[in-house]
Amino acid sequence: MGVALFVLALGAITMFGSLKIGIGWADEGPQSGFFPFWVGLVVVLASVVNFVRAMAVSPAALFAEWPQLVQVRKVIVPMAIYVAAVPLLGIYVSSALLVAGFMRWIGRYGWPLTLCIAIALPVLTYVTFEKWFLVPLPKGPLEDWLGL
Amino acid sequence: MEGIGDLLHGFSVVLSWSNFFYMLVGIVLGVLIGVLPGLGGANGVAILLPLTFSMPPTSAIILLSCIYWGALFGGAITSILFNIPGEPWSVATTFDGHPMAQKGQAGEALTAAFTSSFIGALFAVIVITLAAPLVARFALQFGPAEKFSVFFLAFCSFVGMGKEPPAKTIAAMMLGFALAAVGTDTVTGSLRLTFGSTELLSGFDFLIAVIGLFGIGEILLTMEEGLSFRGKAAAINPAVVWQTWKGLPRYWLTMLRSCLIGCWMGITPAGATPASFMSYGIAKRSSKDGARFGTGEIEGVIAPETAAHSAGTSALLPMLALGVPGSPTAAVLLGGLLIWGLQPGPLLFVEQKDFVWGLIASMYLGNIVGLAVVLTMVPVFAAILRVPFGIIAPIILVICAIGAYTVHNNSFDVIMMLVFGVAGYFLKKCNYPLAPLVLAIVLGDKAEESFRQSLLLSGGSVSVFWSSGLVATIMALGFVALFWGTISNLLGRATGRRRPA
Repeated sequence: MGVALFVLALGAITMFGSLKIGIGWADEGPQSGFFPFWVGLVVVLASVVNFVRAMAVSPAALFAEWPQLVQVRKVIVPMAIYVAAVPLLGIYVSSALLVAGFMRWIGRYGWPLTLCIAIALPVLTYVTFEKWFLVPLPKGPLEDWLGL
Repeated sequence: MEGIGDLLHGFSVVLSWSNFFYMLVGIVLGVLIGVLPGLGGANGVAILLPLTFSMPPTSAIILLSCIYWGALFGGAITSILFNIPGEPWSVATTFDGHPMAQKGQAGEALTAAFTSSFIGALFAVIVITLAAPLVARFALQFGPAEKFSVFFLAFCSFVGMGKEPPAKTIAAMMLGFALAAVGTDTVTGSLRLTFGSTELLSGFDFLIAVIGLFGIGEILLTMEEGLSFRGKAAAINPAVVWQTWKGLPRYWLTMLRSCLIGCWMGITPAGATPASFMSYGIAKRSSKDGARFGTGEIEGVIAPETAAHSAGTSALLPMLALGVPGSPTAAVLLGGLLIWGLQPGPLLFVEQKDFVWGLIASMYLGNIVGLAVVLTMVPVFAAILRVPFGIIAPIILVICAIGAYTVHNNSFDVIMMLVFGVAGYFLKKCNYPLAPLVLAIVLGDKAEESFRQSLLLSGGSVSVFWSSGLVATIMALGFVALFWGTISNLLGRATGRRRPA
């Protein structure tokens, strides 16, 4: 139900954005907004159908159990922090922190194994990407300090 | 036969030590990707795509397509040993594969799965070898209206053939078109739907969407189901392989039928997943042992695996010959071709003969190498699956993030990946199909371009889409595909037979 409304909103935004740039016919043919407008309209119509269908389903058949959502949140929250940290700390330090945090607090592993993998992964990544494939990844203060 | 000569030339292009090395690396990586949760064929290829930009296109496509074959093989391992389908198309393999493993016949089940996958793929490659050049030559005369009608047919097939409710398929697909429209309008070059955001100027990259929707979304789904894997031991020795192979020819009819179903579903982009279910269902009804399906019948492993592999492979036919990919992974490969500066479609067969025939030759070799690799290395892959999810999950998250970053060397893409991941999780939970969404993001610009060009030619009249026999036929097929659910229901009622759900 919520998802249907969300998709409907996206469709409506598409239509609105298309209206602003013109959905009609110009000298050079259909305007830029022509195709997205109709696409947005179909999204809205299909979402209305989905919404009505979802309303008909009894609320007892829930989307997911609470314990399941707690599990899912355990990934989304660290991931959101990770994504925010990448521009600041660089991808290597952030990745080490993500792996360490995840293994320590969600996987409940001991510190030795946790640190081992948390350090090995960025080092391996560094060698593979920067040295082997010559693809630079975002770096932060630590890499500057190390002079890499 | 001109085709055979071209194919032999293709083999001469492919047969070098470096290409053989890429093939081996690709297969091993692919099986690994297929085995691990959260990494699948489509996003595995998407993550590795940026690393191949500096390689020669032929080597790059060999590496990436071999990852695809490997992922197709890998899905069977987790289904049979762990009852966890590594890929959606191996769900049907769990029905009989896992019971076989529980009875101590894991080796037989794996051998049967790999061998029938191989046969399915080989059948599809032969179809590609024979049919692709003809389709391409035929498609050379296509104008914008014909091109659009092919897109129309492709997307309608999703609606009619998918097992999800049509309204959800349509919503997901059209959302993909809307996302594709964001950014620069390819026809006029003007900006649209960016709402003043500079980050959106270049639009949504489908690679980011693929990594988020399939990678992050999948991890979230796995997380929800808990963290433990409990698998059966796997041992394949030559005696088991030989025994199983001796028994396989009895099922030639099942295999042939599954190959045909697979090719049909692969070329019309319904994909490997429905093909595997359909093939399993038909095998169950037509087999004399049908009642025992689900308790560990070898035929119940052969049917879905053959169909899934032949669908997965034949999905490359429309990608190469028409520029319309038949599966999300084929769509990612198509994106790769565009980035390497190769325009997929009929002209590819004329202008890039070395590349096309090299790729087709590599499909033959890649599947042979793949069969050898999976038969010998199953214990290794099964051991990797025993690494706890608490360790694997953050590593996969990091790999996805790096993959998303390297597409454009842009940190904003990593944020977009997470957004797509969360969206993918919710859409998946609500039974929205993701494959048409991804395909629409990839093909959105081209579909729109052909649509607008057709209208331009006709001066704005929609009648251009049934102006000639060819366009009208393809459009009509599209409408049949669109309403296939309703039509097959009516047919079923008319003949008084119960249809499979």
